[in-house]
Amino acid sequence: MSDDDVLLQVDGVCKNFGEIRACDNVSFELWPGEVLGIVGESGSGKTTLLNCLAGRTEPDSGLISYTNRRGEASDIFAMFEPERRMLARTDWGFVHQNPRDGLRLDITAGGNIGERLMMVGARHYGNIRGEAETWMNRVELELGRIDSLPRTFSGGMQQRLQIARNLVSGPRLIFMDEPTGGLDVSVQARLLDLLRELVRELNVAVVIVTHDLAVARLLSDRLMVMRHGAVVESGLTDQVLDDPQHAYSQLLVSSILQV
Amino acid sequence: MYVAVKGGETAIENAHQLLAEERRGDPDVAEIELTQIDEQLGLAVDRVMTEGSLYDRRLAALAVKQARGDVIEAVFLLRAYRTTLPRFGASEPIDTARMEIRRRISATFKDLPGGQILGPTFDYTHRLIDFDLAEPSDDAPEAPLAETPVNDAMPRVNELLESEGLLERAAPPEDDPEPFDLTREPMSFPAGRDQHLQNLARGDEGFLLALGYSTQRGFGRNHPFAGEIRMGEVAVEFVPEELGFAVELGDITVSECQMVTQFTGSKEAPPQFTQGYGLAFGFCERKTMAMALVDRALRAEEFGEAVEYPAQDSEFVLYHSDNVEAQGFVSHLKLPHYVDFQAELTLVRRLRADYEQAHRQEAAE
Amino acid sequence: MSARKRKTRHDDGETGYNFAYLDEQTKRMIRRCILKAVAVPGYQVPFGSREMPLPYGWGTGGIQVTASIIGRNDMLKVIDQGSDDTTNAVSIRAFFAKTADVATTEETSKASVIQTRHRIPERKLRADQILVYQVPIPEPLRFLEPRETECRKVHAYSEYGVMQVKLYEDIARYGRITTAYAYPVRVDDRYIMDPSPIPKFDNPKMDNSPALQLFGAGREKRIYAIPPYTTVHSLDFEDHPFDVETWDEPCGLCGATDSFLDEIILDDQGGRMFACSDSNFCTARRADGHTGQFAEDPIEESRKGEPAHV
Repeated sequence: MSDDDVLLQVDGVCKNFGEIRACDNVSFELWPGEVLGIVGESGSGKTTLLNCLAGRTEPDSGLISYTNRRGEASDIFAMFEPERRMLARTDWGFVHQNPRDGLRLDITAGGNIGERLMMVGARHYGNIRGEAETWMNRVELELGRIDSLPRTFSGGMQQRLQIARNLVSGPRLIFMDEPTGGLDVSVQARLLDLLRELVRELNVAVVIVTHDLAVARLLSDRLMVMRHGAVVESGLTDQVLDDPQHAYSQLLVSSILQV
Repeated sequence: MYVAVKGGETAIENAHQLLAEERRGDPDVAEIELTQIDEQLGLAVDRVMTEGSLYDRRLAALAVKQARGDVIEAVFLLRAYRTTLPRFGASEPIDTARMEIRRRISATFKDLPGGQILGPTFDYTHRLIDFDLAEPSDDAPEAPLAETPVNDAMPRVNELLESEGLLERAAPPEDDPEPFDLTREPMSFPAGRDQHLQNLARGDEGFLLALGYSTQRGFGRNHPFAGEIRMGEVAVEFVPEELGFAVELGDITVSECQMVTQFTGSKEAPPQFTQGYGLAFGFCERKTMAMALVDRALRAEEFGEAVEYPAQDSEFVLYHSDNVEAQGFVSHLKLPHYVDFQAELTLVRRLRADYEQAHRQEAAE
Repeated sequence: MSARKRKTRHDDGETGYNFAYLDEQTKRMIRRCILKAVAVPGYQVPFGSREMPLPYGWGTGGIQVTASIIGRNDMLKVIDQGSDDTTNAVSIRAFFAKTADVATTEETSKASVIQTRHRIPERKLRADQILVYQVPIPEPLRFLEPRETECRKVHAYSEYGVMQVKLYEDIARYGRITTAYAYPVRVDDRYIMDPSPIPKFDNPKMDNSPALQLFGAGREKRIYAIPPYTTVHSLDFEDHPFDVETWDEPCGLCGATDSFLDEIILDDQGGRMFACSDSNFCTARRADGHTGQFAEDPIEESRKGEPAHV
């Protein structure tokens, strides 16, 4: 793979739920190491789009093509299911808004972090544990909690654990659905700093869905504004936020500023 | 020589003899006859035939006698016998619309063509122990005859609703494929309605009753109305290959329940009621009602409803409904497990030793 | 139809049933499943399990497999917990003696078909022997994932990481792997398989065995197999390798130090002894002159002086 290859190519993705048009002809490209924010009100289709991109919901039409480490691009819904499932637990990560959806609650923190390694064949307990400790450190979780169950963690700690569990496999692309959504403001700020550092350091590409423009501004290089399933505006983050062109983007930005 | 448990053939043989003695009971009391079981404990026979999946009153009565009245044991006996029978073919589907009605009620319409017929039901009996039954009586009870015979035309309530488009049509699936045969093939998932219904038809009445009840209490509610319950005799027809036309083999008694349930609809399709179905050999009304509730609950996914509760969970219901399977696996805990237990025992002792050593070390430090 | 008339319908000898109980069509169906199981080692083949005259959970899967492969010249051995004398082993042996009129033996070396529940005989099996296991729950993932549909995907795609997570958790919590029986194995480097509830002590005997090993689960309607000379690896970690139980004492009857021992409680004062679970192995050793500390009947010994009771 080289950095010249598009990582994710999205072309004309549509998804309806009955009468409701959740994704309406969405197209974009994502480059390695790039952070793309998708903003819009709830119900604008951004989470549906994220689920399509991550291979969790099949679109009604359109193409989503991912370029693997060998530089081969393929349609993620045309590939054999085990191949897609393998990508989802090696090359990709998915950070849920509610960490309970992304963690195994009856497995220790160490086991949660180690799972991806074991999924791809790690069979040395000491090494797996060492890796888990490294990641506990990197996401600023106390090492003494490595054998604790996630249900005994606070919301912020659970979210950091979920991030560690995803990053341990060295993914190239992470999908995030309102990763700071359920957290207190002070906890949010620390988590955002941590996320920004890790993303830059690991050079991992991110698609992050959020309704919070402050989160979008802090993390993303580029923004897409969605409304009624369609992308109404996209561009560099600062450009979209400081000089929105579309009436809806202007409304969105001004409503935030007024708060 | 020492052997931990010496079961031995003699012990087993003696146990069998003791069982036979207890089964017979006090020899001064007259031995019960199969005709007595069939005639006077007929509902037990019906249940054994239904869950044993074999319509043979005499054999079911024998099973009840051999099992000392243990219905599940009797079902097991009948099933084990059934599985050895050669199969000549499949009969034509029975037509319950042409049933010779002995009971027919609808909770959805006050009156309907053919009327409501109560039949031999416990429904409005007061559950007072009848001490007159304690002693045999020479007077055979006799019910009065109706002034007019039962109407020949007895259309099913559901058909009346179907013709108006108010109820989903009970149509065979596209191309009408051969139905699944639960007695020849292992279950597979996702299971179609043919698998569901076969499984429920032989499923344990108690299990289905509890599940059906749970849907009424909100664990998967589907707003049921007893559209129609009927019981009576239907003809069984068979087409022998060499003849090429249907020959009537005889009549069997069946009970049927059609539940009218939660309506569905969308902008494309007008709203209509949905259905749940129950059928059993003999007079097993409670079973058919429970079955119809669970059948409908299992169709949740088909109607785009959330699958959240036990009665809606196809794997859960289908894998646990069969009382022959369930009683076998529960009762196998009686078999010796001392090798497994020894393995666990050795392990727990080792873990305790590890634990103690770790604590000694901690204390020393 | 009278019950009497029915009784003679499948006449084959005295029992009124076909040879080895099952009808020939059913046996053919089961043999086809066995062939498939042998062709795909460790893969659970669904089969149309029949209702047997013994309860589900009491060996109906093993019985159906045995019934489908046994011939008139076979020599059958049936063990439960390693012993030929336990009630269910006696009952199953009697079933085949009655319905198939086959010769039976307690001697492992003389048997051509051995049906077992929970043990593998201590004596090494040969290529001309078949071991038939009775299996209660064939799905090794069942207690991690109760759904059959998801389990089948995990097997199909070899997504076995979750099994390893279970072992990781054992070590994290207890310092060692805490599965003592039904210890999962990987067969031929492909399918993860439940070896039935044998103690993990027996796991190494499955690896590269010259004998064909067949597994039958009647209630769950699955058959699987380990063909002769197939690699069977017990799951573990490189730094926490698989190990087997050991005892501090030898067998109290034959003095063996390399067999699986049952613990026998002798009195309520903490008195106990250990004896081979494989009764035939133990008997043979004693016939060869090996003795243990309790070679005299210990129960008789311990009861001396007590009032006789029935």
